[in-house]
Amino acid sequence: MSEVGERLAAGAQAEGFPDLLYSDAERALADALRSLLGDRAAPATVLARTESAQTYDDGLWQALAADLGLAGLLIPERDGGAGASYREAAAAAETLGSFAAPVPYLGSAVVATAALLAAGAPVRGGLGPPPQAAPSAQPAQPAEPAGSSPRASTEAADLLRKMADGGVTVALAVPFATQPAPRGPAFPATVRLAGPRHGDTDSGVSRLRGTVTGVADALPAGLLLVPADGVPECLYLVDMAADGVSKAPLASLDMTRQLCDLWFDDAPGTLVASGQAAKRAVTAALAAGAAILAAEQVGLAQRCLDMTVSYARERRQFARPIGSFQALKHRMADLWVEIALARAAARYAAACLSSGDPDAPVAVAMAKAYCSQVAVHAAQECVQLHGGIGFTWEHPAHLYLKRAKADSLALGTPDAHRAALAGLVNLPGP
Amino acid sequence: MLKPEQVRERVRAFLAEHDPAAASRQDFLNARFDAGLAWVHYPEGLGGLGASRALQAVADAEFDAADAPGIDPDRNPIGRGMAAPTILAYGSDEQQRRWLRGIWTGEEVWCQLFSEPGAGSDLAALATRAASDGESWVVTGQKVWTSQAHLARWGLLLARTDPGVEKHAGLTYFACDMTAPGVEVRPLRQLTGEAEFNEVFLTEARIPDSDRIGPVGEGWKVANATLMSERVNIANARSGPRESGMIGPVAAAWRARPELRTPGLHDRLLALWTEAEVARLAGEMLRQQLAAGKPGPEGSAAKLVFARLNQEISAYEMELAAADGLRYDDWTMRRPERSSFFGRSPSFRYLRARGNSIEGGTSEILRNIIAERVLGLPSEPRQDKGVPWKDLPR
Repeated sequence: MSEVGERLAAGAQAEGFPDLLYSDAERALADALRSLLGDRAAPATVLARTESAQTYDDGLWQALAADLGLAGLLIPERDGGAGASYREAAAAAETLGSFAAPVPYLGSAVVATAALLAAGAPVRGGLGPPPQAAPSAQPAQPAEPAGSSPRASTEAADLLRKMADGGVTVALAVPFATQPAPRGPAFPATVRLAGPRHGDTDSGVSRLRGTVTGVADALPAGLLLVPADGVPECLYLVDMAADGVSKAPLASLDMTRQLCDLWFDDAPGTLVASGQAAKRAVTAALAAGAAILAAEQVGLAQRCLDMTVSYARERRQFARPIGSFQALKHRMADLWVEIALARAAARYAAACLSSGDPDAPVAVAMAKAYCSQVAVHAAQECVQLHGGIGFTWEHPAHLYLKRAKADSLALGTPDAHRAALAGLVNLPGP
Repeated sequence: MLKPEQVRERVRAFLAEHDPAAASRQDFLNARFDAGLAWVHYPEGLGGLGASRALQAVADAEFDAADAPGIDPDRNPIGRGMAAPTILAYGSDEQQRRWLRGIWTGEEVWCQLFSEPGAGSDLAALATRAASDGESWVVTGQKVWTSQAHLARWGLLLARTDPGVEKHAGLTYFACDMTAPGVEVRPLRQLTGEAEFNEVFLTEARIPDSDRIGPVGEGWKVANATLMSERVNIANARSGPRESGMIGPVAAAWRARPELRTPGLHDRLLALWTEAEVARLAGEMLRQQLAAGKPGPEGSAAKLVFARLNQEISAYEMELAAADGLRYDDWTMRRPERSSFFGRSPSFRYLRARGNSIEGGTSEILRNIIAERVLGLPSEPRQDKGVPWKDLPR
């Protein structure tokens, strides 16, 4: 910290450029996480989990929550969390990505948490009837700085407190492929309000009807945040166990983060946010998700390179280690370079989200566009440079390949994020 | 460690004693160096205060605020970027006192006499011979790709002092007086039409033993210090605000001329813009690492990336320019003092960028370095191991 302070004091960071280096706290968190995952998320364990009935490892998630506070990393301390910023959240994600750990960190501790933090703040008077108009028409911010966000409403704070220790897991019910606004939908709702049932008005319950397909991290979730169409648009909290809610797991490309479809058939929901606040919550959630997913992609890419390098040093053909052939080592060197760039992009995005930097939308779009490609490239090279063994089911390379490709499509494809940049940095199309 | 305020106070005290308006520029810069306010991270007595590198900006800002004459940042890039760190690491006390001040002020320009027609990527195979006659060395050979040689007072020379041992072991590092008899500099015209570089012919040029840098036979080790600074410099030199690199004129042309836009060019522009900006962020991260005193190996990566990006962006710019891309601004043979991509036509940028993946270590050699030194991959089997240089097939 003192280093950073000294550099800032010295004006070495031109124009207040965000600090991209890992802090001691971030490094310590990543080390502790790596050690825990090394014991509990070895490749064979992760592979076996993808073939089991419960593809998410709830025991591991509880351990991460209890031992390292991962479930409540972004939740303010006053609400029972660690009060960390997106920088620490990204450092944790990088390590989780390097293990393809089957836990709902991204969905619950990042996306749903960001939604609640952004939603709770502007709703005046708790979760009561929605205000007719948005409190202000300010442009959507990807996220409020976690440390300095205004206090969440009582209900949101209660929920965050339950999430902080991993006791409750929450998912945002939107397709995993959804890109954040402005390029993505302003409000990705496929569920609408249905007519009230007797007694609903007294109990403050609304009825939701509709389907959401391909949702990530909803399988292990106890609660769902459901965007619903209407005037105004609203974000509801729905209990997964309630009557009228059903889910069906999908055969997903990436079974380390298995998707599911959700059905709502007059399912009861309580209002979390409406109008601009609801839109802001969903946009903030998806932007945070894209930024943190980029960090996961960096960790995954680094793991693929590490595996490939260690294999290329051991594996002998033509009486020499295959890693001595320039045709192969140059490909690994290129990957190392790409990962160094991807890391800078992901660090910048996390730093911008942490400080509420106005460049955050550009930073997130760049990070997701670039890191997606690097992770896919690294995973593909991992398979190729392992040769035959890399094409087998027993070798973990395919877990990374599938996760990398799935992640590149999630929360906006690289192309979609570059299209977003076209608008953000004034490079309009023909 | 000094604090920013202490550096500020020292500059103010210095300025109180040395009126910038009263002294000649050179005298003022000499005095600034002697006061340790030149490169503050250098040791005391050698132009520095032994302070953190980050405090340089503090000192510079104070001098700028006082309208004091400063050094020309574009002058003597090889001296400041390569000779100085090498001399600091391997030069004798006397050599450091003799050369560092002139390097920093720019009074004495330096060049680098490394590459030869027969020794490019395989630099350690170089053939320029330095034979001792007791007190001095007699040097004969040919060097190539020597930028600034026609302006230089000194050259960083790597020469073979013992042909009878393995190639890396027979090299010694010298400072070569470029005004000495037997040193001839000729321009080397490159494919852009101009001559940024030179060939240097050494014909029985004499170098006193006191101008040897480092021990006899340890030239390779010293040269590696020079080469690492070169790559760090090449990487560092390219980072400014967003769109300050080669993507800048391309983005400007795109905004100014809607009639050039096509869907295909748009996709490629966005991909290049993203990569250029991500590379800029990586450069910033590298600089932060350096400022924190933790230099990483990412410097080699930066040079690779900027070479490729410059090539791709300039090639793209030619396509965007369409008919204008068929023109070239000027084929006149010139010897520019400094090379710049800007102020020239897109076709110049396209041609000049081809050199980016060759100069200062080819991209192929850089990949070897990353693969072997960073990733720890084994080297290719080699035929020159354990063979005296004189017995190598050539």
